[in-house]
Amino acid sequence: MNRLHHSSGQAPWRPAIGLAVSMLVICGGFYAAIITGLGGMLFPTQATGSLVMVEGKAMGSALISQPFTSTVYFHGRPSSADNDPMATGGSNLAPSNPELRDRVAQQSAALASTYQLEPEQLPVDLLASSGSGVDPHISPAAAALQVERVAQARGISTEQVSQLVAQYNESAQWGIFGQPRVNVLLLNLALDKNYPL
Amino acid sequence: MEVLLIFTLAVLLAWPLGRYMTGIFSAGSHWSDKVFLPIENGIFKLLGINPRHGMTWKSYGIAFLLSNLVLGIIAYLLLQFQHILPLNPNDIEALDWDLALHTAVSFLTNTNQQHYSGQAQLSYLSQGFVILTLQFVTPAMALAVCVAVLRGMLGGRNATTAKEGEERNLGNYYQDTVRAVLRLMLPLAAIVALALTSQGVPSSYQASPTVDVVEQQQTLSEQTIPLGPVAAMVSIKQLGTNGGGWFGPNSSNPLENPTPVSNAIQTIALVLVPMAVVFMAGGLLRRQKFTLLSLAVMGLLSLAFIGAAVYSEQQPNAAFAGLAQEAGNMEGKEVRLGTDLSALWATFTTQTSNGSVNAMHDSLNPIAGLVTRSGMLINGIWGGIGCGFVNFLVYVWLAVFIAGLMIGRTPEIFGRKLEKRELSWLGVLLVLPSAVILTFTAITVAFPALTGNSNPGLHGVAQVFYEYTSAFANNGSGFEGLGDDTTWWNLSCVVVLILGRYVPLVIPLLIAGSLAKKRQVPTSAGTLPLYNVTFAVTLITVILIINFLSFLPSMVLGPIGEALEISQQAAVVLAQ
Repeated sequence: MNRLHHSSGQAPWRPAIGLAVSMLVICGGFYAAIITGLGGMLFPTQATGSLVMVEGKAMGSALISQPFTSTVYFHGRPSSADNDPMATGGSNLAPSNPELRDRVAQQSAALASTYQLEPEQLPVDLLASSGSGVDPHISPAAAALQVERVAQARGISTEQVSQLVAQYNESAQWGIFGQPRVNVLLLNLALDKNYPL
Repeated sequence: MEVLLIFTLAVLLAWPLGRYMTGIFSAGSHWSDKVFLPIENGIFKLLGINPRHGMTWKSYGIAFLLSNLVLGIIAYLLLQFQHILPLNPNDIEALDWDLALHTAVSFLTNTNQQHYSGQAQLSYLSQGFVILTLQFVTPAMALAVCVAVLRGMLGGRNATTAKEGEERNLGNYYQDTVRAVLRLMLPLAAIVALALTSQGVPSSYQASPTVDVVEQQQTLSEQTIPLGPVAAMVSIKQLGTNGGGWFGPNSSNPLENPTPVSNAIQTIALVLVPMAVVFMAGGLLRRQKFTLLSLAVMGLLSLAFIGAAVYSEQQPNAAFAGLAQEAGNMEGKEVRLGTDLSALWATFTTQTSNGSVNAMHDSLNPIAGLVTRSGMLINGIWGGIGCGFVNFLVYVWLAVFIAGLMIGRTPEIFGRKLEKRELSWLGVLLVLPSAVILTFTAITVAFPALTGNSNPGLHGVAQVFYEYTSAFANNGSGFEGLGDDTTWWNLSCVVVLILGRYVPLVIPLLIAGSLAKKRQVPTSAGTLPLYNVTFAVTLITVILIINFLSFLPSMVLGPIGEALEISQQAAVVLAQ
C-alpha cells in the first residue's frame, strides 16, 4: 500500500499546536526583531520617523503635516484629524453626503475671499481633506496661490518666495512615480531660515 | 502610464516567482533545500510528523481546519489578556470579549477587518506578535489548500500507481504550509520591509519622540511621531493579502507609505503573490496553457476594472461642483499619490482580497465604489493568496459544465468528469455568497439601531453591504465611517468571516479529492478545448453573469442609486 496518512491513526492535535507555536516564535519573534533591527541599522533616520533637525532640535517629521494658520506661513490641506499623527484618518464623507458639501462650501467661500478669486479657480487639494489627515504636501498650484500672501506678510518680494517654492517643488520620484508636490513644513522652515521674522 | 507600468512590473516579477513556487511545491529536490531543509526538518520533528506521508483530501482538510482552530484559540487568548501580558508599555487596556473574538477571527481568516482603532487599542504583543504571525501563516495555509486542489486535479501524487476509486495523495498539509511560510513569505517580506524602511517607514522599538510644532496652535502644540516595528508588519500586510495596517488609515498614512516609490513597491507587493499563483498553477498542472488562459481572463477583467476606477476618480467629486477647480476627486486622497495611483490601489486591493487602502474608500466616486465592490464579490481576479485561485477554479468548473451542456457532452477537465456529486457541491458554492451577504445586510438595515452609519440615505445601505461583502470575501477593507465596534457588528461579522473563509476552501478540496479518484479519459476530438478565445469568453461571461444576477438589486440600492442621486443633485445645482 502507499504511505497515505489517514487522520484516524494518531492524535492530530500535536502538529496543529506545534505549527502555531513554531510560527509564533519564527514570524512574531525572530523575523520582526531581526528586520526591525536591520532596518534601524541601515537607515537610521528613516527608521525613526524622518525627523527634521534644525540646529540640533527636532522640528517635526518631514512626513507629517503641521498646522499653519498665520499669514507668514504656507498653509497645508484641511485635516480631519487636526494634524495629530496619533489620531490619523480622513473625513469618510461620501460625495453624496450634504455634510461634505457644506464643509467644502464654507472653506471655498473663505479661501475665495482671502485670495480674491472665483471659487472655480481654487485648487482642489486645498479644499479636500486628505486620507491620513497628516498629508505633508500641497500641489504646486496650491503653493503658487499662497506666494503673494506670504511675501506681503513677511515684507519680502514675491520672487524671493517663488524661488524658494521652486526649490522645494518635488517632481515625480525617479522621474516616473507620483505627483509633483511641495512639502509645507520644509518650505516654511526654509522661509524662517532665509528670511527670519 | 504609471498605472500600466506598475501593472506590467508586477506581472514580470510574478513570472519567475511562480516558477520558484512550482519548484518548492513539487515532489523531488529543489535548489532551495540547501538553505531551508534543515530548519524545516527541525520544525517537523517538533510537530511530530513525517513530511513524506501524504494525506487524502479528507485528512488534508481536517489538518487545515484543526490547525486553524488551534491558532485561533491561541490568538484569541493572547488578545483577550493583552493587558496582563508582557510588551504593553503604553498600558493598553483589555479588549471587550466580542472585539477580541472578532479581531482574532478576522486575522485568522486572512481578512484583517479592523473594528478596533489601530495602535491605540492593541499592545505591542498583540500587534507585533499575534497579528504579525497570523499575517504570515494564514496566506500560507490557503496556498497549501490551493496546491492540494491543483494536485487533485491531476489525480494526486500517486496518480500513476493508484487504482480508479482509490483515495489519492494530495501532499502533506504541514509540509506545504511550513514551506510557504519559510521559503516564500519570509524572504519576500524581509526584502520588502527593508526597501520600505529606506523610504521612511519606521522600523524601531524606541519610544515615540514628541516634538513642539513650529507654529503653536490652541488645538495642537506638540506632535508625537508614532514609531514601532512598522516596516516589518507593513511588508507582510501587503504581500500576504492581509491588509491590516499598523496605523488607522493604513497606507494613506505617510508614515506607513511615505513616498511614491514606497507606494509602487506596496502596490506591486499587493498583487505579486496572487499573480505568481497563476504562474505556479500552470507549472503544477504541467499545462502552461492553463496559466495563459487564466492570465488572459484575469488580466482583461483586472485592467477593465482599473480603467473604470481611474476614470471615475479623475472626475470631480460632486460635492465640490462650483466650489473649486474642476479636477479629480481628492477628498480622502494624498497629494503625493494623486487620483490614478489611489484608484489603481483601490482596484487591486479589492480584487486580491487584501483590503489595505491608500485612500479612503468612503469618499470614492460612485463608479470606483462599484468597482471595489465588484472586485470583492467576484473574489477570483487574482484573489487572495490560494483562495483566490481556488475561487477561479470554481468558475472554471462551472464554465466547463455550462460549455459541456451547450455542446451536449459530459463536462470534463483534464480528462476527469464533473458529475452529479461535484456539481451539487458547486451549487452550494454558487448560492452561498448571496445568501450570506444579503441575509445579513437585510437584517442589519431592517434594524436601524444596529447600523451606526456616518452617511445618510443610499450610501448608508451601501456601507452595510460593503462591510459584509468585505467580511465574506475576506477582504477587510471598509467604509471607515461605519461605527462597527458593537456586539452586533462584531459577532455577525465573525459568522460571515468564518463562512466566507472555510466553506469556499474546503468544498473545492472535496471536489478535487473526488475528481482525483476518477478514471482519466484520454483526450479526443470530442474533448472540450479550454485554450481558445471561445472558452475564455464563456468563462468571463460566467464570472460576470453569476455575480450580476446575485447582486444587481443590492448594487442598485447602493452605489448605482447613489450615482443617480448625485447626478440629480448636480442637475439641481446647475439649474440654480
